[in-house]
Amino acid sequence: MQLVLEKRAERSAYIAVASPLIAIALTLITMSILFAILGKNPVMALYVYFVEPLTDLFTLQEIVVKATPLVMIAIGLSLCYIANVWNIGAEGQFLFGAVCGSWLAVVTNGTDAGPWVLPAMLVMGAIGGAAYAMIPALCKVRFGASEILVSLMLVYVADLIMDYLVRGPWRDPQGMNFPTTAAFDPVATVPTLVEGSRLHAGAIVALIVVMLAAVMLGRTIKGFEIRVVGAAPRAARFAGFNSKQLVLFTFAVSGALAGLAGIIEVAGPVGLLQPGISPGYGFTAIIVAFLGRLNPVGILVAGLFLALTFIGGEGAQISMKIPLDLTKVFQGILLFYVLACDSLILYRIRFIRTFRAPVQGAA
Amino acid sequence: MKKYLIPLAAALALAVTGAGASAQSKMKVGFIYLGPVGDLGWTYMHELGRQMMVKELGDKVETTYLENVSEGPDSERSIEQLARTGHQLIFTTSFGYMDPTLRVAKKYPKIKFEHATGYKRAPNVGTYSGRFHEGRYIQGVIAGKMSKSGTLGYIASFPIPEVIAGINATILGAQTVNPNIKVKIIWVNTWFDPGKEAEAAKALADQGADILMQHTDSPAAMQVAAQRGILAFGQDSDMIKFGPKTQLTSIVNNWGPYYLRATKAALDGSWKPEDTWDGLKEKMVLMAEYTNMPDDVKKLAQDTEAAIIAGTLNPFKCPIVGQDGKEVECKGGTALDNGQILGMNFYVKGIDDKIPGK
Repeated sequence: MQLVLEKRAERSAYIAVASPLIAIALTLITMSILFAILGKNPVMALYVYFVEPLTDLFTLQEIVVKATPLVMIAIGLSLCYIANVWNIGAEGQFLFGAVCGSWLAVVTNGTDAGPWVLPAMLVMGAIGGAAYAMIPALCKVRFGASEILVSLMLVYVADLIMDYLVRGPWRDPQGMNFPTTAAFDPVATVPTLVEGSRLHAGAIVALIVVMLAAVMLGRTIKGFEIRVVGAAPRAARFAGFNSKQLVLFTFAVSGALAGLAGIIEVAGPVGLLQPGISPGYGFTAIIVAFLGRLNPVGILVAGLFLALTFIGGEGAQISMKIPLDLTKVFQGILLFYVLACDSLILYRIRFIRTFRAPVQGAA
Repeated sequence: MKKYLIPLAAALALAVTGAGASAQSKMKVGFIYLGPVGDLGWTYMHELGRQMMVKELGDKVETTYLENVSEGPDSERSIEQLARTGHQLIFTTSFGYMDPTLRVAKKYPKIKFEHATGYKRAPNVGTYSGRFHEGRYIQGVIAGKMSKSGTLGYIASFPIPEVIAGINATILGAQTVNPNIKVKIIWVNTWFDPGKEAEAAKALADQGADILMQHTDSPAAMQVAAQRGILAFGQDSDMIKFGPKTQLTSIVNNWGPYYLRATKAALDGSWKPEDTWDGLKEKMVLMAEYTNMPDDVKKLAQDTEAAIIAGTLNPFKCPIVGQDGKEVECKGGTALDNGQILGMNFYVKGIDDKIPGK
């Protein structure tokens, strides 16, 4: 017997919806087996991972805090990916946005600057992220350079720029030489939504971003253009859509969103600029974008889901002593199954009974 | 919807925590680790300390650790997760957890916190660290004797006082046997990154350093030194198995006795937020066996160690001369005082380099 992948005549709309669900189901089965091998009760483990964090106000809030930057970045990336533009450097745009916004917080630190500081920081973060994303976009449009490589390499550049600043000119004079800026003043800090919690106003910004993206993709000409250029570049050319402009546009939007996420993270949960402000949000957001099927609402759900696995993984470490590595294995398995199931949208699996016939093979 | 959600969530949370309350007689102790427990360096030694404490106290305690907790926005949540799951004593084992620890401690005034290597305390936050520069001084003496090229290679992490004091102590030790000793320093800006540490080690060897030492946590530099056939010092743990013919000695962080002491104090109610800074004498800092050196160097190292333990030798005994050639004020009478060492932000004379960002 033989297994073959056979191309479908058209995309299966049914599988497109079901694929992430199948992927999650397969992940859960695989994880249960792994838990069982480790000698942990799989039902209990899955409960701790996926249900317990949802039963408590603290963990619910922390899930939102964790998901906020992921969702914002992933929304921007989804616009690029729909248009067949490959921005892989959201991590760099996140950091550069954080740096640009922080500049204002650093120079106004300790002065009696008014409440205009935070809004100005957010604007600068977004502009900074967009400007940084323009580098790979312009290189692609002008010189035909691969945006994948250029945007990825610029991640490390942004990291080093930030490193230099917090180690040198922006270092907190009272910070015992440790590479951080001074803690931001209250006027330069994103307000929290609930007293005593870390849930901050950035979550609302993320929700607004999701709604705007949904409206833009579904109801505006620009959204139509993005989809057409991605799906049928030739048809788009005949329709008079300028694909070069679209590269610039999608990069600018995704860079701005990543930069905004960066400055919100710095001015929110962290409260100062320091190395390590991003545990790889810009890269995890790529997973979020695809897990959410490049759909704004899907991305919101996917971002919350991935955040849930982080928090749940921490809970599992505490209450069941399940190693952290398993959380990472879990995320890897999830991505693997998502990609595997996605191929079922365009292909179908067929079992072919092979007889020992010397005629041409079905490969 | 939201109206129902909160009481519902609260009820469920009660059900969950209520179920776990049967094991309440044990005191729960939590640890936050920077690296993976298998880093064979900093985190590994804290983990060994935890295991030793558990072995001694048996079923009086139940311990939990969270590993690989980055010093960014995640650490505050991780610490709070421990605080709200019934942990009565929480050790946060890296400098970068300082402010998050204090913030969580403020929210949970009944829980005791112990922060490693920090300098901010609160009514429920104590700090602890080791006088690692004592070990560095001994390594300096050995390196001064053993180096043929007269150049040491130093892989440094962050230019914070502890690291700078380590470099100074090394050079002061080395100068007692070789006044012309030189040191090349590479800052890798990380505590744990085997790839970067190995790159730095290779670069230092290429620049003529024939003895490598590090203030980072992985055995990568030891492995590079072994390949190149030069000598090296281990860090955090005894790394002899990574360089049986390479390691001269290693500073061994011995946290177990402290974890035992602090936990016992928390158990019997005598815990206070203290600033603990123990060294070779109190055995928080140990030296691995002196290997791969002639007997006279070994004897010298042992004598130096004994003198530090006896209190007759202080690595920062006055006069200390800075890079600018001026003598450093001697606030401790015969040696620099603790505040000067904990806030050290200058190089001593003989280091031909500049502190980054200064």
